[in-house]
Amino acid sequence: MNSFTRSLLLLLFVGWASVARAGVEILEFQNPEQEQQYKTLIHELRCLVCQNQNLADSNADLAKDLRHQTYEMISQGKSNQEIVDYMVTRYGDFVLYRPPVKPMTLALWIGPFVLLVIGLVILLNFVRRSRQAAQTEMSDADRARAERLLNEQENQQR
Amino acid sequence: MNRYLIPLGGFIALVVLLAVGLKLDPREVPSPFIGKPAPAFTLPQLHATDATVSVAELKGKVWILNVWASWCVACRSEHPLFVEFAKQNPITLVGLNYKDERADALRWLEYYGDPYTYTAVDREGGVGIDWGVYGVPETFVIDKQGVIRYKQIGPVTRETLQDKIIPLLRELEALPG
Repeated sequence: MNSFTRSLLLLLFVGWASVARAGVEILEFQNPEQEQQYKTLIHELRCLVCQNQNLADSNADLAKDLRHQTYEMISQGKSNQEIVDYMVTRYGDFVLYRPPVKPMTLALWIGPFVLLVIGLVILLNFVRRSRQAAQTEMSDADRARAERLLNEQENQQR
Repeated sequence: MNRYLIPLGGFIALVVLLAVGLKLDPREVPSPFIGKPAPAFTLPQLHATDATVSVAELKGKVWILNVWASWCVACRSEHPLFVEFAKQNPITLVGLNYKDERADALRWLEYYGDPYTYTAVDREGGVGIDWGVYGVPETFVIDKQGVIRYKQIGPVTRETLQDKIIPLLRELEALPG
């Protein structure tokens, strides 16, 4: 096995291992719907300590506690909405990994599209203006001058 | 002249937005509890194992809840301020010992000083979750009606104490219980 193959294999193993999720506590559920509910919820809730991760990915103590809390509430038969409300009451909207669409977050959701449209409008304007400039008719004097210059150049090249 | 004004204006607006954004701390999650009643709890005390501390008993008083732990390094920076504050002010200071071992907590208080009127033991962190605690230290100010009026995320500094907390305490003390 040459060093290239070895490096490639190492890269593959490291890549595969890094996909392993942090939320790997062994939990028992009463039925598969609850297990699915748990999986969905821990991906939709944010870890407040490692704020770029959801509860499923985070190793933080708080994430472990909140996963446990989620599990407890699911076992008690609470609905998704009830569990989300529980978390939002205590931690605010930020605990939702996907920001809710509210008047306050409208700018966040729509902003990029608005900027894209503005950018396109400016681009189109620019293209149209430069094309107009290129299509201007030359005056007769300019045309004569251009012909003279081109003839001069041809004569020089011969 | 107009051609340059529009992109310039846009650029300046963007710079202003970025400057404001850079000043904000993304780790600070505003508490949804400001202006809402403090979540109830009844917890055992650290020093007297058969006694309890509960939010209900503290109605009628302005009080401070300070969430700390012996494993929390940042708590050590704010603790001397609380020790000094407690000596000069008769206010009820409740410590919430968060996810800690009793022996460690007692030893920590003995070493660094104990400013707390009561210390409640939240062994599993359940009360912490109820209060929306996500990182120690955190400090709450609660008024006579049991409503949370202020939350400090991270260690309390001398400036915060003097500019925000002490004036707030004075204001809340003046209100009827």
